[in-house]
Amino acid sequence: MTYLAKPKIHHPALPKNALGYTRRDYEGAISTLCAGCGHDSISAAIIQAFYELDVAPHRVAKLSGIGCSSKTPTYFLGNSHGFNSVHGRMPSVLTGAALANRDLIYLGVSGDGDSASIGLGQFAHVLRRGVNMVYVVENNGVYGLTKGQFSATADKGSKSKRGATNNDEPIDLVLLALALGATFVARGFSGDKAQLVPLLKAAVAHRGAAFIDVVSPCVAFNNHPGSTKSYDYVREHNEAVNRLDFMPERAPIAVDYPDGSVRDVVMHDGGLVRLHKIDAAYDPSDKVSAMAYLESHRARGEVVTGLLYVDPDSRDMHAALSTVDKPLNALGDADLVPGSAALAAVNAAFR
Amino acid sequence: MDARVKPLARVNDFVVKFANVNGSGSASANGLFARAILRMGVPVAARNIFPSNIQGLPTWYEVRVVEAGWRGRRGGVDLMVAMNPQTWDKDVAEIESGGYLFYDSTKPLPPAKFREDVTALGVPLTAICNATYSDARQRQLFKNIVYLGALSALLDIDPAEIERLFSEQYRGKEALLDSNRRALHLGRDYALANFACPLGLSIARRDAVGDRIFIDGNDAAALGAVYGGATVAAWYPITPSSSLAESFAKWCRKFRGDRESGHNRHAIVQAEDELASIGMVIGAAWNGARAFTATSGPGISLMQEFLGLAYFAEIPAVLFDVQRGSPSTGMPTRTQQADLLLCAYASHGDTKHVLLLPEDPRECFEFGALAFDLADRLQTPVFVMLDLDIGMQDWLVPPLAWDDARRMDRGKVMTAADLDAGRDFGRYLDVDGDGIPYRTYPGTHAARGSYFTRGTTKDRYARYTEEGPAYVDNMQRLLRKFETAKRLVPKPFVERAAEPTTAGVIWFGSTGAAMAESLVELAREDIHLDRMRIRAFPFDDSIPEFVAAHEHVFVVEQNRDAQLKMLLVNECGIDPAKLTSVLHYDGTPITARFITREIGEKARLYNVTPLRSRKTGGRAA
Repeated sequence: MTYLAKPKIHHPALPKNALGYTRRDYEGAISTLCAGCGHDSISAAIIQAFYELDVAPHRVAKLSGIGCSSKTPTYFLGNSHGFNSVHGRMPSVLTGAALANRDLIYLGVSGDGDSASIGLGQFAHVLRRGVNMVYVVENNGVYGLTKGQFSATADKGSKSKRGATNNDEPIDLVLLALALGATFVARGFSGDKAQLVPLLKAAVAHRGAAFIDVVSPCVAFNNHPGSTKSYDYVREHNEAVNRLDFMPERAPIAVDYPDGSVRDVVMHDGGLVRLHKIDAAYDPSDKVSAMAYLESHRARGEVVTGLLYVDPDSRDMHAALSTVDKPLNALGDADLVPGSAALAAVNAAFR
Repeated sequence: MDARVKPLARVNDFVVKFANVNGSGSASANGLFARAILRMGVPVAARNIFPSNIQGLPTWYEVRVVEAGWRGRRGGVDLMVAMNPQTWDKDVAEIESGGYLFYDSTKPLPPAKFREDVTALGVPLTAICNATYSDARQRQLFKNIVYLGALSALLDIDPAEIERLFSEQYRGKEALLDSNRRALHLGRDYALANFACPLGLSIARRDAVGDRIFIDGNDAAALGAVYGGATVAAWYPITPSSSLAESFAKWCRKFRGDRESGHNRHAIVQAEDELASIGMVIGAAWNGARAFTATSGPGISLMQEFLGLAYFAEIPAVLFDVQRGSPSTGMPTRTQQADLLLCAYASHGDTKHVLLLPEDPRECFEFGALAFDLADRLQTPVFVMLDLDIGMQDWLVPPLAWDDARRMDRGKVMTAADLDAGRDFGRYLDVDGDGIPYRTYPGTHAARGSYFTRGTTKDRYARYTEEGPAYVDNMQRLLRKFETAKRLVPKPFVERAAEPTTAGVIWFGSTGAAMAESLVELAREDIHLDRMRIRAFPFDDSIPEFVAAHEHVFVVEQNRDAQLKMLLVNECGIDPAKLTSVLHYDGTPITARFITREIGEKARLYNVTPLRSRKTGGRAA
């Protein structure tokens, strides 16, 4: 975006969160994406979400695949370990990392090419395994780094900047995530930070596979008339089913149910997601009706955003594997090596 | 029987082959046969020969009874237990002249189905079982135990040893114990009543087994992974490696449960494919856990891209490659050593990897544990190269050993205390001159030590760059690291021939089983070879020195393209003319007979004779 280095000195009066970190402590290097790229807005939302959640930056591990979206982890959480892995395979690397240390927060960042095309298999399996993570797809419908080819989420009939028409059916990652057993499924829009930040915060608080599809216009290759992933199209056709607030456990929670339009969901860490329903008929705990709702709006060309499904009682992969509470990477010789006496008994059994 | 052919008469030195139908429950009875002989103190070398099939296709179990302790196949069959009508003709043809044919005589067979020079031993197994059992399943399963009983009488195997094995196997299941014992004696009594027992082939009690154990390499390698501190295993089923991952699960159930919480000190994931398997291993190892995958050649092919990442991003990963017949699906249930080059140079670009080459299940255990120390120390993928012959066959090996003073070597990991003390952290900075940088685990320190891991080029401080000099600097350091690896991997075993000689032989892995026997046979033919067994790649400097010290060196390996020879020529700058390949790649394990014949013929061409013979103008070669 710009090649001017960010000043390292913080304004002394910058507000601090409960851990004493300023918002600047959650930033990363300067973005090298195009000016106006939706992905930069998502990075900004991630920075804000983690700042507001009072998470120590180094307790987050950020992982990505290959593509414009997968470059973004460099641009936020500069004090976190990051891993820019191989194309479409971030989910397996993240799964392994999550197995090794259950105490960190895992943020997977991917794109529509990375997750819906080359990485569709790994996308599917990481969700069905219930890996405790936040999986964000920055979805612009095109390949940016290789200059404008269609991805598998591009709408049928949409035209590329060069005039080519996409003849293939699009993959709706949100519908797929629901079918695959993700226990937190949401869609946001990079241009709507007010909705995206609380979605990210709620996803972090969720235990299990949390998936957020973020429509993120590509200013270079997919922001033209005729594109269903342009700023203009999404703004005009955005059908938000709810707005939400995320309140961490320690914040005082004023319980009031003025009408049927507000619904509270308690997350695993005790935090509360308060849904302000815009469409009163929408029920995020009912997966079947959520899928029908999404399909019927998709048929009308509408992009449904908001928290689309959540299972507050979900279990994660570590629960399924019944692993010890101590991270596996912290176990030592005494925990792991049976020793020579045990080996003598093994030998005896093989005679 | 042809009166001119004398029936074979051998004690503790013969080959019995069981021809069975896959899925008929014969494996358990055949295993008992081998173990009962071992319990009598007589060594065996046993091999399953099986098709890629679950039920119906032919399968064989070959037991070489060999008091001398040779671990390879001999070739040929002295007693065929022909339980499979589909393969009858081929099985009968395979019997050595003077040998024996054991079969189910319930249905009469025409004389043309038999051989004049082979003693036929018909036992009406089906009739015996039908008369004794009413349940169809029991009739089938106990048929195997009935033939075991008959064989115990024919070969003079102590039935008490078999019964002891029964009681160990069916501890607490008295009903099963009794019915097995009954079936055993049905067969035994029939044989004693109808044949002159024992045959010319017989077992005589000895003390030649000692404290050795009978174990397969996959089981031993998995146990090695437990002792090596592996906590994360990610795998995808593929023959012949699946039992390694399943065995790891078994050992973890035994050794890795947390007594207080009942939770597991390990995580095993059956991944969706091999790409995901190695991805998980890389993710877990990046995050500080010891992680491995088990696979075979096709799986390694699928892992190529990730292996380049692990090499370049310097992430410890352990891979057990249980090699099978390739390329493509090839011969999934047959053995080969044909993944050597695939693994040594896995992935695109300039890559080289550390390979460990175990020769038997005992080394599978040893290298299985060592691989994790090497991977952490070197921060790179380490391959443990088994093959089907080592991985899936039970071998008689010295007992597994462990030094309780040994501790895991986690390599160069910078801690929060190191970072607080102000130590300079550059993820790709060569502080010690050995090419190995320091790493930090994610989550170590609030302000220092974090870095970005990527496959693209970076500078010494892990900052993204596309600058040529930074790339070259990094690639040169990786070469220095490989030099360091050379010093850390297991050294080759070297042994001089009994007579001074100008010829040598090099081999690796499961070839050793046949090699040891062949060297004795060759010496009998006055062909004396200095010998070297290579145990790891990168190659130790003593390897080119060994070649340089000899006029001719035979390289014995189990693949078509002489992959070890290629690697030797490529890595050590050896003149290819000095190396003569002996190649065996039909999918069966190499035999001493094959090696002796091949080397014998070639040695005569090269005039490889002992130096003393040349001096004395001794026998012509």
